[in-house]
Amino acid sequence: MNGISSEAFVLGCSAIGAGLAVIAGIGPGIGQGNAAGQAAAAVGRNPGAKGSIMTTMLLGQAVAETTGLYGFTVALLLMFLKPLMP
Amino acid sequence: MMVAQLSGGADLDFYIEGYAKFELFGQTLYMTTTHICLAIVFVIITAFAIIANRAIKKADVSKAPSGFVNVLELLVETLDNMLVNTMGAKHGLKFSNYIGSLFTLLLVCNLSGLLGLRPPTADFGVTFPLALISWFMIQYNGIKYQKWGKAKSLFEPIFLFFPINVISELSTPVSMSLRLFGNMFSGTIMMSLIYGLLGKIAIIWPSALHAYLDVFAGALQAYVFIMLTMVFVSNQIGEET
Repeated sequence: MNGISSEAFVLGCSAIGAGLAVIAGIGPGIGQGNAAGQAAAAVGRNPGAKGSIMTTMLLGQAVAETTGLYGFTVALLLMFLKPLMP
Repeated sequence: MMVAQLSGGADLDFYIEGYAKFELFGQTLYMTTTHICLAIVFVIITAFAIIANRAIKKADVSKAPSGFVNVLELLVETLDNMLVNTMGAKHGLKFSNYIGSLFTLLLVCNLSGLLGLRPPTADFGVTFPLALISWFMIQYNGIKYQKWGKAKSLFEPIFLFFPINVISELSTPVSMSLRLFGNMFSGTIMMSLIYGLLGKIAIIWPSALHAYLDVFAGALQAYVFIMLTMVFVSNQIGEET
């Protein structure tokens, strides 16, 4: 640990934490893919309702994205605002 | 080394910069990128509104609309249809002022990345007030239409759920604003990374990324924002059709 200043240490740990925080993107990825697959199946069953299925799917996907964006926001805070810096 | 060769000396520029500094009531305030981009967006919207107003006033009522007036009527009819479909024929059209102006502002703000501006919605200080305005409208309509049922709904299914219900009410503006901010800011970062780090070879192909990150994500997030506002308000009004 000699030769590493405490600022550099906190900065490195913040970068690692930011990387860990964007792992939250896995969940929305699975959820959005699931929603898109179900929407494709629904269009296959009922091609006439394509418009409303599309809007419902996009709205649901945008809501499912929220948790991923929370992770992204935490990563941004750690990277640029550096709240943990002494 | 590689990065330095490709970048052409440009730097990353997705930060909000302060241009003019002034003092007000002992606070130091800045004129930032967001203010300037918002002012440009306001000028665009106002110019569009004036042109549209002139075109509608000059239009001949006895003839079928053509050209620009046709487009305007299509926009207004689409908005009205969406409101009626989502919120019902009884209450829907009352909100067309707010929803329409919100959608126009968000759409032009999100698409302003195409003009080389930094999108104003990529600043949390813009999206959070917008979400707060929507949230106050949601709560006002809840109290107006449900009266005491609004207070009662906080204690459902049993009174132990009161803190959880309060948190779920309060998290609405945070999640709405963070969704818009996160999407637009991630697009801004991506584009500035492309132009900053690959400045020399970013010739034509970034336009595909612009189409996805600015046009698709921007239009979708503007749509989602107003859609969520409409769904929440019609939930609070609480009547079917």
